[in-house]
Amino acid sequence: MTGGVSYNFAYLDEQSKRTIRRAILKAIAIPGYQVPFPSREMPMPYGWGTGGVQVTASILGPHDVLKVIDQGADDTTNAVSIRQFFARTAGVRTTTHTSEASIIQTRHRIPEAPLAEGQIIVYQVPIPEPLRFLEPRESETRQMHALEDYGLMHVKLYEDIARHGHIATAYAYPVMVEARYLMDPSPTPKFDNPKMHMSPALQLFGAGREQRIYALPPYTRVVSLDFDDHPFARTRFEQPCALCGARDTYLDEVVTDDSGGRMFVCSDTDYCQGRRTAAPGREAHDERR
Amino acid sequence: MSAGEEALLTAAGLTKLYGARIGCVDVSLDLYAGEVLAVVGESGSGKSTLLSLLATQLRPTHGRIRYRMRDGVVRDLFALGEAERRFLLRTDWGFVHQDARLGLRMGVSAGGNVGERLMAVGWRNYGSIRGEALDWLARVEIETGRIDDLPTTFSGGMRQRLQIAKNMVTAPRLVFMDEPTGGLDVSVQARLLDLMRGLVADHGLAVVIVTHDLAVARLLSHRLIVMRHGRVIETGLTDQVLDDPREPYTQLLVSADLRG
Repeated sequence: MTGGVSYNFAYLDEQSKRTIRRAILKAIAIPGYQVPFPSREMPMPYGWGTGGVQVTASILGPHDVLKVIDQGADDTTNAVSIRQFFARTAGVRTTTHTSEASIIQTRHRIPEAPLAEGQIIVYQVPIPEPLRFLEPRESETRQMHALEDYGLMHVKLYEDIARHGHIATAYAYPVMVEARYLMDPSPTPKFDNPKMHMSPALQLFGAGREQRIYALPPYTRVVSLDFDDHPFARTRFEQPCALCGARDTYLDEVVTDDSGGRMFVCSDTDYCQGRRTAAPGREAHDERR
Repeated sequence: MSAGEEALLTAAGLTKLYGARIGCVDVSLDLYAGEVLAVVGESGSGKSTLLSLLATQLRPTHGRIRYRMRDGVVRDLFALGEAERRFLLRTDWGFVHQDARLGLRMGVSAGGNVGERLMAVGWRNYGSIRGEALDWLARVEIETGRIDDLPTTFSGGMRQRLQIAKNMVTAPRLVFMDEPTGGLDVSVQARLLDLMRGLVADHGLAVVIVTHDLAVARLLSHRLIVMRHGRVIETGLTDQVLDDPREPYTQLLVSADLRG
């Protein structure tokens, strides 16, 4: 730290962190249930991950290794600034490698490499209430959760099929947790939904503006909603990653010039880099791992 | 059926006070399966308060309502848990509002509106939900080609018919209607009344209909309740009350009706 001002470990004061940890414990005890918490002012605007940052700050210890991704990438503005924020205020080691990290804060992706027991993934959540756009009253959505009154969510999926011929919701695809609570998986692509199911890692969700924390303890059953005759389907891509040749990853479209040139590459930069380092020239063979 | 003679719904001493003001006072009534009961009176007479009480949207200050559930067990409606109450509301009951926007989801297609109750009670097959929605749209004379259109693109009469389809899809035994023909022109009213008469006859529906239009009451209802200042002042068979009103106020009401 550069002399003068010094922060408490991981920026937040200890009492605030205790309060947030209590909310996290309650959230873990009731998987999928949104626990209110007193969200603090953070030195970043709402919408930039204030919820995720507060959760990370509250669980971070001096021996943790932190990875931060934004849409799968380690090198985007949001990811870089949050990583530097904790490197400065907590002095923890940071990494871009999924397997090395003990805590991974993410905006809208789950890494391609499988998570392991002992790892914690922290999601930044803009709108925690999956029913919000169907029912604007918070008093009513709380009742609906209490009574497990979730028929309305299927109306949304019905409308998708009626309009588009298939369930067109591609991100923030609603899930049922342990057959009890309806949960918004945050705006992760539905491609990542199956990774939440029975994950060995602890999954924490923080929404700063909305002041809600929810959680999935390790090995929690997470089922994407669907219809019997229109089952949930993971997004498929027609081409492999243009850089590493992977066929089983989530791809980003990158525009390469002003004349319509584009390529599709892995959204998970660490995974893509790892594959290219391990087997140079793999893209030519276009083989599966 | 052995329970055939038992009332479907029994209200006893229903009173609703809004502070010092009176909503309705000491209303008791029985409603039998397949019976249409009209509640008439001028605005402010307490008929809407009574309807809201019967439909458990309001809690009474005094009094209670007993209802014979589908399993034949008679329950006190205000002793039901919230989950049970909601289940009753969207399976065995229906509610047709005067303003269709209160009864429909205006941002959801006609098919989604009709299918909502089915999905709420656990239907999870898109094809069957859609089939049922198409069937009901046809029954209420909405072109099936409009199944994916939003109710905002529907005329007033179509919206009311859609509302009825949305309620009927779970085969309710009791439907509450609040001025369902209000604000519609006369020819559209006539078609809607025809439709409702047909549904009542075909499905043995019990209906509580609130209206200030005596012609609607005469066409649709078997029995009539006249309310004034929150109290029931006259009750009887519809034809009897309208042809030979006993109370001076009812006489005034009947003689004031242009179509007599």
